[in-house]
Amino acid sequence: MKNTYIKSMGTLLIAAALAVSCTKKNQEEQIKIGVFGPFTGGSAPMGLSMRNGVQIAIDEANAAGGVLGKKFVMVDRDDEARNERGGQIMQEFIDKEKVVAILGPINTGVANSASRYANERKVPMLINVSAGAKVNELFAEFPENFVFHFVANDDVQAEMIVNEAIDNGKFKKPALLCDDTNYGQNGREKMENALKQRGVKPVYVGKFKIKDTDMTAQLQQAKAAGSDVVLAYGIGPELAAVSNSMERIGYRVPMIASWTAAMSNYVNNAAKNGNGTMMPQTFIEDAPKTDTGRKFLENYRAKYNEKPIASAVSAGQGYDSMMLLKLAIEQAGNLEGVNIKNALEDLQKPYEGVTGSYTKPFSKTDHEGIKSANTQMGFVQDGVVIGKPEILKK
Amino acid sequence: MEELLQLIISGTAQGMIYALIAFGYNITFSTSKTINFSLGNLLMVGGVVSFILYMDKTTGQPLGRTILLPLIAVLIVGSLLGITVYKTAVEPSLKRGSGYNWVLATLAFGIIVRNFIEQFWSTGDYRFASPLGDTPIRIGEVGVYPQEVLIIIVSIFIVVGVEIFRRKTILGKAIQAVSEDKLTASLMGINQNFIILFSFMLSTAIAGVAGLLVAPITFVSASMGTVLGIKAYAVAIIGGLESGYGMLVGGLLLGLSEAVTARYLSTGYKDTPGFVILILIILFMPSGLFGKKVIRKV
Repeated sequence: MKNTYIKSMGTLLIAAALAVSCTKKNQEEQIKIGVFGPFTGGSAPMGLSMRNGVQIAIDEANAAGGVLGKKFVMVDRDDEARNERGGQIMQEFIDKEKVVAILGPINTGVANSASRYANERKVPMLINVSAGAKVNELFAEFPENFVFHFVANDDVQAEMIVNEAIDNGKFKKPALLCDDTNYGQNGREKMENALKQRGVKPVYVGKFKIKDTDMTAQLQQAKAAGSDVVLAYGIGPELAAVSNSMERIGYRVPMIASWTAAMSNYVNNAAKNGNGTMMPQTFIEDAPKTDTGRKFLENYRAKYNEKPIASAVSAGQGYDSMMLLKLAIEQAGNLEGVNIKNALEDLQKPYEGVTGSYTKPFSKTDHEGIKSANTQMGFVQDGVVIGKPEILKK
Repeated sequence: MEELLQLIISGTAQGMIYALIAFGYNITFSTSKTINFSLGNLLMVGGVVSFILYMDKTTGQPLGRTILLPLIAVLIVGSLLGITVYKTAVEPSLKRGSGYNWVLATLAFGIIVRNFIEQFWSTGDYRFASPLGDTPIRIGEVGVYPQEVLIIIVSIFIVVGVEIFRRKTILGKAIQAVSEDKLTASLMGINQNFIILFSFMLSTAIAGVAGLLVAPITFVSASMGTVLGIKAYAVAIIGGLESGYGMLVGGLLLGLSEAVTARYLSTGYKDTPGFVILILIILFMPSGLFGKKVIRKV
């Protein structure tokens, strides 16, 4: 009796050991990539498009045989745009899922609460949509910085917006209108700095809250101050409310906004009032810069049946960030975080991506991948974002 | 001058929406001494149901149907939700006589409704094209959306209409009787339960219509009713929970104070004056501007 008991226990143990070794082997053949962003809520269009972009890159890489004889798999988590979810998801990715690298997120607060874990646990993280995230600033605390940025960040965007308004547009009296989140206020500060360098002082600086739909009061003040151009920093629905309120009080001056004005929730919600709004873009669905971009659009439309893409910029940056990661893993030759990080800082192969061509986008001291050279001005016309028309280029 | 006129118009339209929800609080409070705290979210359901029937979500363009369709739908859906909220959240609490359970129960009902919409519809913000057109009417530099005029007219019409109904019709007089004295009303052969149920249906149907009304001047989203519901509560306290017309005045006061503060003080302080008025009213006129002083005989 006792004997059979021991025997059966033994069999069980062996079976369990086998099962463990099997799953372990299975895991070793895969390269897990953690992807997180808001897949529900107001910023969901950006999160979902980014995830779709990454998925297309993963499919392509796997179809070409993967890397180091292994296939990529995506592990995705919804951060609901909540700052505290950032840290929780990072811990889950690193401790439970044992991911090799991390892509995402969208919201500045989430990114800043998450990036610490990447550096503490030495797992490379490519922030691919959040423009306001701190990246190069992290070198001070972590000389070996595992966080990379593949976004036209707020510095690049603020500079482009101000350049468009003051240098190209020859406007003299800008009004700044920004939402009261980290994102909007960061943008305001950067735009004020860029204006200061040109010796221009905004005639009005105002703010609005998320979910505000009536901007009459702010715009009346801007109008009363005699402003000739509105520079706005916020997300889609509120930027649309700014355009709608401008039309309402008969205040017809150009608006130049953060890249988020290219999202469907700006373009649709502002409808005809959005015509002429300009914003910095790394990727314009209507005017892809590269062959990779054109092929990407075909694949995206075939797979997700979506036109226009809810947030083409997020999708393009998602794709490119995944492809850069693949190149880095190839170059590193193994899955050690440190080696991947070093490879990213010294990428040997040039990369032609959806958002442009890159030769050594990152270095040991600069983790900002996208510069203003890879960013262009988008222009809203009848519900579509197009490249800035020739007639406006001087 | 034109600037001020612009602010007065948008403040008034906004205030009338507050007034409509506050009026819903007033209706159920008068019959059952309870407040349906889910009204803000039921307004949102009105907006979302209208959007589904009237607009195309992917293109953001109207489907080309008559606006009567969403109007009838919000009246039906609103009334049904009124029955549901009363039967599930309020009646059990009243029957048991268990104090203020209905406060949490109605709040919870609102949160469930909102989560349901987020789960099964969308969490995004969408434009609702006004059937009257989205081009503002110009009076000099002042731009007024036709929808805003409609909001002001319809809101006043609803409040005045229901007040007349309460005073002149048999059913209305029954409501009035129940709100004056439940026990005596019952002795006079008035079905108290039915009157309370009816008052819930009436208030939620009005909230549904308010959702349809407000949709074109804000965006439609699962969160569109949350803040409105809270502000309407402030309006109800300011105007006096017992008074129907008080809601109109309270709404106007809050809407205007918000618009003027945002323009002449700072947009950051937009919400402050309303709540300052609220606190002052609670301190110095606890039954509101138009409320009756209730003397309880012990």
